Amino acid sequence: MDNERLLRLKQLANSVRFGIIEGVYNAACGHPGGSLSIADVLTYLYFEEMRIDPKNPKWEDRDRFVLSKGHTAPALYATLAERGFFDREELKTLRKTHSRLQGHPDMKGVPGVDMSTGSLGLGISAACGMALSAKVNAKDYRVYTVVGDGESEEGQVWEAAMFAAHYKLDNLVCVVDWNGLQIDGAITDVMNPTPHDKKFEAFGWHVISIDGHDFNEIAAAFAEARTVKGKPTVIIARTVKGKGVSYMENACEWHGQAPKEDLYRVAISDLTAIEESLR
Amino acid sequence: MADKKATRESYGAALAALGESYDFVVLDADLAAATKTGMFKKKFPERFFDCGIAEGNMMSVAAGIATTGTTVFASTFAMFAAGRAFEQVRNSIGYPHLNVKIGATHAGITVGEDGATHQCNEDIALMRTIPGMTVVCPADATEAYAAVEAALNFEGPMYLRFGRFAVPDLTSDLIPEYNFEIGRGVTYRKGNDVTIVATGYMVHLAVEAADILKAEGIDAGVINIHTIKPLDTELILAAAKESGAIVTAEEHSVIGGLGSAVAEAVGEGCPVPVLRVGVNDMYGRSGRVPELLEIYGLTAQNIADKARKAIALKK
Repeated sequence: MDNERLLRLKQLANSVRFGIIEGVYNAACGHPGGSLSIADVLTYLYFEEMRIDPKNPKWEDRDRFVLSKGHTAPALYATLAERGFFDREELKTLRKTHSRLQGHPDMKGVPGVDMSTGSLGLGISAACGMALSAKVNAKDYRVYTVVGDGESEEGQVWEAAMFAAHYKLDNLVCVVDWNGLQIDGAITDVMNPTPHDKKFEAFGWHVISIDGHDFNEIAAAFAEARTVKGKPTVIIARTVKGKGVSYMENACEWHGQAPKEDLYRVAISDLTAIEESLR
Repeated sequence: MADKKATRESYGAALAALGESYDFVVLDADLAAATKTGMFKKKFPERFFDCGIAEGNMMSVAAGIATTGTTVFASTFAMFAAGRAFEQVRNSIGYPHLNVKIGATHAGITVGEDGATHQCNEDIALMRTIPGMTVVCPADATEAYAAVEAALNFEGPMYLRFGRFAVPDLTSDLIPEYNFEIGRGVTYRKGNDVTIVATGYMVHLAVEAADILKAEGIDAGVINIHTIKPLDTELILAAAKESGAIVTAEEHSVIGGLGSAVAEAVGEGCPVPVLRVGVNDMYGRSGRVPELLEIYGLTAQNIADKARKAIALKK
């Protein structure tokens, strides 16, 4: 990837992170940790990888995205706003009573949201359904989904993994946001779902492991997924929960709470420093 | 005497026949031989997808397919469709109001020998609490076929309840040119003394009960409520007003199903006695179906008894 493109992606991802913090701070609740961890992958998907048109969000032949880890809606909303699906200002209405930006994604209300999710394990199955439908209807769109590493403790994730391999859904890419933390602590302490690579491989998937904050690796992984025929691809993205905000990094207490004003200022100052470093 | 056929047979036959003129896909969870979706599979293998023994995944997969504009039927036993996969039906299908038709077979006590774990008496109750869900329980083979076609012409999530056990095809006997309309009850006969409101397997027993009562000089009406949600409140309130007493009959728990829906409507719109025939807050058990129906009181005789009691409660 050339330097200019790399720099632009880093700037966009940082802007998405600002959006996440604005949303969660104004809501005074929500899930910043896992939103910040997946911001780079979402930025790449919406700005480089996916065939979409923000002016025509229901375009029949668009690529689809399902945020299976629906609680990280702030990241999806911030990415969609950044990409022009709706105004950035609206991010401040996150979780508020009359806002369409529900705590978990609602496909009926928000342009660009392809599936309602939030209850863990359900989204990856819906993504399988979309990918299967493309095969049945001879469509060439691709389907992307992001599953949390903690979410993979849900049995349905593995029902879906079986299904995708059985029906050779090579138009499906699942990213596992492997930040290593869930609400009650480290995933390996709470209920160890590892090793994801060997498990997905055993289920019949093509497995790629990357650093989920390195755009060169992200780009290479999605490019490789396009070359895989006859099986679905999983990208296991090693990430840092809370990435970009100093005190949130690798801290599971920031899974599901918003910063108050003092810490909000620290977050803004952290992201501003990153922004300045990218000039 | 009307021909006997299970509504699940008619479901499978309808899918296979209507597959010619309608574009849809069918999912099943390793029960195609029992749910009868196998009839569709045989004819349209490229539009049939077995999901294996993973009902939760199947419901969310169905939702994903529906988001792309393709109509989909997802089939398994009622126990697993409404029970095990309740949350997937609610959150993946119901909340986004997707065009998924849930074809649930082997509902109620008439499952027979498989016993309690497979006899779902709670599915109507569960499904009707989901906002926007349409709940249909056909009485016989002709109505089941018509319900499947109506489902194909209807946009939105729908739960269709079918039975394992053969039931007389009253509709073809009594109504030559049957016009099935979602949400519109069917009046078999009007009655001045009491009205029996029945659904599914119990409809033909309601007619038998009305005959028993007629011999005693009691004028009992019979209404087939094939759509439990949205309920034909207008028809039920008119019957409550005309006959002054209601008995409900369903092959389902008396809690949360047709009986509850009717009692809610009558209580709010035209308070008269409402007595319920159904499974009385119990699990099923293994056995031959006719014996089980006796044990659980799902009989014409019991409906007639309740009708006499309802009349006695009139003011």
